[in-house]
Amino acid sequence: MYKKILLAVDGSKHSLRATKEAIQIASLVDDSRVELVLVAEFSQAKNEILHSQGKEALVVSRRKKILPAIEQLKSNNVSYEVNILHGEPGPAIVDYANKNQFELVVIGSRGLNSFQEMVLGSVSHKVVKRVQCPVLIVK
Amino acid sequence: MIEKIKQEWFSNVRGDILSGIVVALALIPEAIAFSIIAGVDPMVGLYASFSIAVIISFVGGRPAMISAATGAMALLMGPLVRDYGLNYLLAATILTGVIQLLFGVFKIAKLMKFIPNAVMIGFVNSLAILIFMAQVPHFLGISNVTYLFVGITLVIVYTLPRFIKAIPAPLIAIILLTSIAIYADIDLRTVGDLGTITSSLPAFFIPDVPFTLETLAIIFPYSIALAVVGLLESLLTSSIVDEMTGTESNKNKEARGQGIANTINGFFGGMAGCAMIGQSVINVKSGGRGRLSTFVAGAFLMFLIIVLGGLVVQIPMPVLVGIMIMVAIGTFDWSSFRYVVKAPKGDAAVMLVTVAIVVSTNDLSKGVIAGVILSAILFIAKISKIKVTKQQSNAATTFIVNGQLFFASVEDFIGSFDTVTEGQSIVIDFSEARIWDDSAVGAIDKVVLKYREHGNKVVLQGLDPSSQGLVDKLTMTHI
Repeated sequence: MYKKILLAVDGSKHSLRATKEAIQIASLVDDSRVELVLVAEFSQAKNEILHSQGKEALVVSRRKKILPAIEQLKSNNVSYEVNILHGEPGPAIVDYANKNQFELVVIGSRGLNSFQEMVLGSVSHKVVKRVQCPVLIVK
Repeated sequence: MIEKIKQEWFSNVRGDILSGIVVALALIPEAIAFSIIAGVDPMVGLYASFSIAVIISFVGGRPAMISAATGAMALLMGPLVRDYGLNYLLAATILTGVIQLLFGVFKIAKLMKFIPNAVMIGFVNSLAILIFMAQVPHFLGISNVTYLFVGITLVIVYTLPRFIKAIPAPLIAIILLTSIAIYADIDLRTVGDLGTITSSLPAFFIPDVPFTLETLAIIFPYSIALAVVGLLESLLTSSIVDEMTGTESNKNKEARGQGIANTINGFFGGMAGCAMIGQSVINVKSGGRGRLSTFVAGAFLMFLIIVLGGLVVQIPMPVLVGIMIMVAIGTFDWSSFRYVVKAPKGDAAVMLVTVAIVVSTNDLSKGVIAGVILSAILFIAKISKIKVTKQQSNAATTFIVNGQLFFASVEDFIGSFDTVTEGQSIVIDFSEARIWDDSAVGAIDKVVLKYREHGNKVVLQGLDPSSQGLVDKLTMTHI
């Protein structure tokens, strides 16, 4: 089964559902490890710097975003690691997953309608297309 | 040392060269438009962008950050150019560099972190508004074709990046619309109507101004404003690049670098500049990470000017106006509307005051200074709130003091005690308070003496060690 799992979260309820699934899969194998990543988006960089009082405050606000997911991992005794990636959400996840040879990528789907998807682009779609390992998209 | 140079310059050669070229292409329209805002020939902005980018690539503190001629600086120098001419602007640019260098050497740049975000948000918003307002005379009420060209430019710059990512959309808009305007012989104002372009490298010369105190008195206020605004935008940009790349940078070195770049730039006929948020974001997004990307951006820009020089004057003004409207929209912090509603009232007020003062004075530095002063006052007002609660028991009356006791809060502190009681046992509890200065100790003395006058017994308790030390050292009442 999968021992090296990449769990991509963005602080939304979709990513919380993805976390639940990742925990289920990780629980199947004793020495499996989940790596939780949050992408700090390029397009948000200016906004985040302007609206946070310094780097430390920004780190805390990110920690708050992923805290629910971490609590779930902890309470289910899944061994995990946390990492912040910088870039565009899709390519950053793809790059990280491929470079570090993950065995499985778990990601929540935002469930955009077709217009939103045209404008925003679907992150999970990009990930599925380019990641070289199995991808689990959680609805 | 050599390891560090190698890492900062040559660890990402391919990415840096490609992103540098993209930035050079994106810089051309902006450098021209900012020259027009400043009221100088397009060459002044183009030379500045070349010199600053190339110099800062060696001496800056933040690899991959792009510095060049900017809107914030151009807006400040307008009146100087109008009243005294280009040579005074170049002299002011050199002085700006010297001031920035001193700021860097004396580590004043560090103080920039005390500028609250409300002021920074106000800064970018007013910058966006001023850039937009500077465009209005170039399109309002000129002709219908002008409106049409502005509109087409906006459509191109906002939709094309979905399909073509390699070439900056503004450049495509320029090439396409300039060709159409030339071939269809459409009557539009062009860059050439506002200035000339020469296809030559910048050369060293000393600005032709009298070296007198009078000259200094003219340029100094401008140089100070330019130095402050330039550092403000540069340090904000470097924080953004830090965040995007997940790396740290040296803020004081950046301040010194900006100073060196502006000083040399002034001697080579360029206008004062600073780091650019938009271009730096483009650079990192396009894969730029090292100093090489900034160097390539400057060098390739100069190459383009030498090759294309003659064509640049034919660019229709409405196209540049469209691109500047895009820059203004991109500069504005659109989450400000939510910020005004959701942020603490004081912060929202600081942001709005900063914007209001900049827009009414046309001077970014005045708005920033007013914003900083206002937020300092609000901060003192906030922390000077002191609460004294009274608890009555059989044995004694206890006053619990809650807050910071210092010069701004002593009046409220003294007013919170009713000193008419007689022959009582009074306890003042400071475990939720801190004593900061002489006036705080004086205030405590005053209260204690007043109670003693009426034959009360007063005990102070719960002082933390540093507060206790201050009281012991300064008190007159020997409690």
